[in-house]
Amino acid sequence: MSILKSLIYLLIYPGLLFLFVYSTFCEWFDRKLYARLQNRVGPAYTGRAGILQPVADFFKLLFKEDIIPERADRVIFSSLPVVGLAIVLTAGLYLPLWNIDVSIPSYNSFQGDIIVVLYLLSLPTLIFFLAGWHSTNFFSTLGGVRVLTMLFGYEVPLFLAILSPAIVADSWRLAEIADFYQKCPFLLLFQLTGFFVAVIALQAKLERTPFDIPHAETEIVGGTFTEYSGKKLAFFRLMTDIEMVVGSGLIATVFMAGFPGNAFVSFVNFIIKTLIVISILSLIRAACSRIRIDQMVNFSWKWLTPLAVMQLFISILVKGVFWRILQ
Amino acid sequence: MKKITIPIGPQHPALKEPISLRMTIEGEVIKDADVRLGYNHRGIEKLAESKTYIQNIYLMERICGICSHSHTTCYVQAVEALCGLEVPKRGLYIRTLVSELERIHSHLLWLGVAAHEAGFDSLFMYTWRDREVVMDLLEIISGNRVHYAINTIGGVRRDISEQQKEKILEGIEFLRKRTEYYTNLGTTEPTFVARISGVGKLPKEKAIELCAVGPTLRASDVASDIRKDDPYAVYDEIPFDVCTADTCDVLGRVVVRVKELIESYKIVEFVIKNLPAGEIKIKAPRKVPEGETVSRYEAPRGENIHYVKSNGTDKPERLKVRAPTLANYPATIEMLKNGFVADIPLIFAAIDPCICCAERVVELIDVKSGRSDIMTFSEIKRKYFCEKKRETL
Repeated sequence: MSILKSLIYLLIYPGLLFLFVYSTFCEWFDRKLYARLQNRVGPAYTGRAGILQPVADFFKLLFKEDIIPERADRVIFSSLPVVGLAIVLTAGLYLPLWNIDVSIPSYNSFQGDIIVVLYLLSLPTLIFFLAGWHSTNFFSTLGGVRVLTMLFGYEVPLFLAILSPAIVADSWRLAEIADFYQKCPFLLLFQLTGFFVAVIALQAKLERTPFDIPHAETEIVGGTFTEYSGKKLAFFRLMTDIEMVVGSGLIATVFMAGFPGNAFVSFVNFIIKTLIVISILSLIRAACSRIRIDQMVNFSWKWLTPLAVMQLFISILVKGVFWRILQ
Repeated sequence: MKKITIPIGPQHPALKEPISLRMTIEGEVIKDADVRLGYNHRGIEKLAESKTYIQNIYLMERICGICSHSHTTCYVQAVEALCGLEVPKRGLYIRTLVSELERIHSHLLWLGVAAHEAGFDSLFMYTWRDREVVMDLLEIISGNRVHYAINTIGGVRRDISEQQKEKILEGIEFLRKRTEYYTNLGTTEPTFVARISGVGKLPKEKAIELCAVGPTLRASDVASDIRKDDPYAVYDEIPFDVCTADTCDVLGRVVVRVKELIESYKIVEFVIKNLPAGEIKIKAPRKVPEGETVSRYEAPRGENIHYVKSNGTDKPERLKVRAPTLANYPATIEMLKNGFVADIPLIFAAIDPCICCAERVVELIDVKSGRSDIMTFSEIKRKYFCEKKRETL
């Protein structure tokens, strides 16, 4: 029975199938919201209100011609999209989504899984860099270098911001952190700064405006993805979508008290909370213009990182002073 | 760090028309730039010599898809000067009205393009949506959205009714409100301003030295505008200000164009309210007396010059067009130097390039011998295409 449950967990919910379906829905939601904010209609034809458009795009790309540049390393060039997709799908399994028992650690919920998720979410950046580098195209290489430069900007504030609620909760396990905040939700108010830092850093990690520097169309054509086409591009796009779901799921877990309740209630919780995060991401995307790479690094070290450090101090104060008094 | 040369164009997402910018870069900094033209030669000047003066109005209209009215006005002014025609006041007012509406549509379009190059797609979508309003106004007046075909030698082809006047005033009122919003947005939105301020510096002395024209020149604090300096049509009767900015960068070029939008709304309202009664055109002779003349016109992109030489027949002997984009290329090179790679599309878009309008001559240079030749098309075919064919066979 437990094997069956594990299989369902891996392949159906919240594994492969659910992440695929939900990430395409999120892409549609993001596109539709972004379009409405810009006074456009957005996807409208495939399915009701264009809801199947991302799925259609995915399958259409699968059937498109797949070109590998002559000078590129065939093996690495072709394996990167698959590896990247596997990485983000794995990261999705660690979200405390479906009847996770807080008292019993399991293979997908253990002390330190928050670090594992953060680590797995850092790897796509490396995948993008390698993809750009191995394309042997000038624009791809420049895109790849920009990906890596950006990594040094947003990764530190993201880690600091995500880990500070864990410090208050006194645990490195996502299920326990969520459980802690379900019991005393008012403590979440102290984490507001961290929440916004994490959302902005996630925006940078997903390479969306104003941080879409590595694939700035008007500057370096397709950036990292210039040489990618067909199946491989489809996988990369799916990978970015799933990364968005997992990233917003992670933020919802640590900053919004996770997804309490039985299978259905937690599912609804997950949908609502991730959509809130994705709405904020879309809003930022619509309200900003792309910034330059040097401005991005400046911004993250002058503003994001100090704010994240401040959040860390607040968390330590909360844990050391208020929490003791309350107990 | 090693210097490398990267090609931007002739095919690149930032360039909607074919031109090649060769950038010598060190890291992300541009050290030198080179512009290569001639990818889209259309032979319009040669074609004009084989068409009558009336036919040429519609040919001139097709030089540019955005400032089509600029080219026809410039051309008919030259022909009218050759014939010594006195165009009726009402005709001139309508001509001015259309030219200002065209300026509004061109500047709104440019604002959207600039925002898109900077990655600010929301502003792009908003300005282009509002541009539809002015396109509709132009359609009300002329029946066409792009090539208005309103000019004719000796006046204009269509009159304006009272109903049309009301519609235009309504549309202008709406656009004025929107433009105030964009002025606020374009000059205060932090990420957008961070991208455009201090980018593509063109000091005042350099701008004059390199003969920049239009908003590019005015953004370098030089108050030069053909409408004021050498008034044509009825600009000497219309009160308006020449807009300048002193920041000498892309932000300045945005500010100048947005200010000009506001000025254009004023001019349109003035023209509508002071439209004199009377004829809209006078009959022009088919044959133009011998002579030559130069006509200047302030197009949305800058000074447009047409030179017409007639030999007493119904066809011009020579017609030369200097589109404003061509005058701005030397200044662009200066602006690009020491900029960032990320700023190339922004700086280049800031001159509002209309590449096909500026293409005039194709020079064929043999790569091996460096010899330059003037050839006919059939000679090119025989020499290059046939050789290729033999090789592949």
